Amino acid sequence: MSDNKENTPMVNTGEYFTSGNLAVAEGSLAAGCKFFGGYPITPSSEVAEHMSIKLPQTKGHFVQFEDEIASIASILGASWGGWKSMTATSGPGYSLMLENIGLGIMTETPCVIVNVQRGGPSTGLPTLVGQQDIQQARWGSHGDYEIIALSPNSVQECFDLAITAFNLAEEYRVPVTILMDETIGHMSEKLIIPEKEKIKIVNRKKPTNEADGHLPYKADEDLIPPMAVAGEGYNVITTGLTHDERGYPALDADAQKILLTRLLDKIRKNKDKIIKLEEYMLDDSEFVIVSFGISSRAAKGAVNLARKKGLKVGYLRLITVWPFPDEQINQIAEKVKAIFITEINSGQVTREVKRAVEGKTEVHGLLKLGGAIHTPAEIVEEIERRTK
Amino acid sequence: MTEEEIGLIEAEEHPLDCYLRKGRIPHIWCPGCSLGSVATMIIEAIRETGIDPKNISVISGIGCTGRTAGYLNFDSFHTTHGRAIPFAIGLGLTDPNRKIIVISGDGDLASIGGNHLIHAARRNADITVICVNNFQYGMTGGQVGPTSYKGQVQTTAPYSNIEEPFNLPELIKACGATYVARWTALDVRRVKESFVEAINHKGFSFVEILGACPTTYGRRNQLREGIAILENFKERAVIEHGIDTEKVAIGKEGPIIVGRFVDIHDKPSLTDNLLSIQRMATASKGKGS
Repeated sequence: MSDNKENTPMVNTGEYFTSGNLAVAEGSLAAGCKFFGGYPITPSSEVAEHMSIKLPQTKGHFVQFEDEIASIASILGASWGGWKSMTATSGPGYSLMLENIGLGIMTETPCVIVNVQRGGPSTGLPTLVGQQDIQQARWGSHGDYEIIALSPNSVQECFDLAITAFNLAEEYRVPVTILMDETIGHMSEKLIIPEKEKIKIVNRKKPTNEADGHLPYKADEDLIPPMAVAGEGYNVITTGLTHDERGYPALDADAQKILLTRLLDKIRKNKDKIIKLEEYMLDDSEFVIVSFGISSRAAKGAVNLARKKGLKVGYLRLITVWPFPDEQINQIAEKVKAIFITEINSGQVTREVKRAVEGKTEVHGLLKLGGAIHTPAEIVEEIERRTK
Repeated sequence: MTEEEIGLIEAEEHPLDCYLRKGRIPHIWCPGCSLGSVATMIIEAIRETGIDPKNISVISGIGCTGRTAGYLNFDSFHTTHGRAIPFAIGLGLTDPNRKIIVISGDGDLASIGGNHLIHAARRNADITVICVNNFQYGMTGGQVGPTSYKGQVQTTAPYSNIEEPFNLPELIKACGATYVARWTALDVRRVKESFVEAINHKGFSFVEILGACPTTYGRRNQLREGIAILENFKERAVIEHGIDTEKVAIGKEGPIIVGRFVDIHDKPSLTDNLLSIQRMATASKGKGS
């Protein structure tokens, strides 16, 4: 079987001045990633380049595949070989990966996909910022499902959330997407990589029963089945078809309901454990800016600027974009006069916020369509204009 | 008949039953289909190699042949349409001792998955690819495919197929595969021997098996029964080991050339190359930090 003894994470403890793309790669190594299958695409390619240097040093493998479809399929395979695995891409590549992300969801395969977003649709703005894959990450693959997507807003957080992403993927047996954006990927800031002992690593739950009679998709109380991998003698079975606890195809409405309910619930019922938010000056605020990724950096600047002008503005940052923090936003809506969303798309998170507030307050999207980020001054100006 | 043989017949279990997943039989394959024979030969070949079944993984794509992995009692993976090969490469690289067998159909491997097939051959990836070619798409009801010959009638070529088919051994050889063979499903002994060679082969091995599909191919092409397709193979098959693969294209008529066309042993495989990169990288640790 795969040699887990060699599966020692590469933790390059120290202080660095580096980019988000390199930080997300370093975080993945620290999480124990041993396999990267990828295809070059701007603005994510530095992740692949860095992994191609580092992975062979950890006795892992880097393979540049013929396309993004092969890349995602390969990391699912590697995960079933017992290795933590990842890929990195941008919008067009993410579009190509979606069918096999669905296979990852259906077969409950832990893996991590980094999407360094650029402006779209289509080839769009390859070298410029966008946040337009938020809904694609949620709904892009066919069928009903729940996923986990995280959105870092600093180089340090690219590192930290890479570890979180692997941990969540392993814990919930689900592909996890890190929704970065071009600016976060390419900007350089200070990165502190802690000592190895201070990094919390979660590994997938293993079966404890005998291989004979093992039911590979029988979940524990937490709705997550323990995961045997290839070579352990369990005769692992996977299929993208609707299947029963044995992993055998079961093509009927009852089996579909049982499987799908569990796949949805294992994320939905653990929302509170998964969702991470950052609050800033929320307590007395009359207006709240909801943001994420690079947009949140401008939003926080806007809060400070607004406060200087005597406007009671607070801020809520979605570190976890999916599952969406409906309850938390609904509670905020009860106390404030309006919620503003800064995002670089035509209102993909605004739509979710409107849904979550259930009409309890005004919701305004402060939207950029790609290629540029907000400035704090224009956010404050917009808040002033809309609240007069 | 010896007592032992009678005992075997009377036993409720077939000696190969332990290699099949209990509860998955009966299978979905039609009467006259070759996939049962091919699956049996895969099991026989694995037994003959003496490889610990724990170290065997079988991966399929989508389609009738794509169901094979799910019937076999090894680590088995039923993936998406066309993507068995990259899944298999990722899985295989996590343990160089793991034997990786991809079994899928011509539509899955050569059409939607064609890009992965040619690149896996180019990389000399350490996988065995068994392509059961039934000249069309069976599971979806008999549509024309990239292996359909000119003049073949299928549901989406109701007048006649107008396109040239792939000559798969030639294609795969040109891409750098180090083992390429073709047999008809009728010739089970040679099929098994070829599977043994392919599984034991280091690097990329490709075996094309011409299979019978009476349901959606034969009945539209004057070969109504499975046996008629196999008889047609029998009449036309000519063994030509080592022949130039340029000469093995299949048409509506004429000889069907079978045999072991390529068997090269001195080319490093993808795993060999990645392990040598690991050694280089470990020697220069610290790069890129």
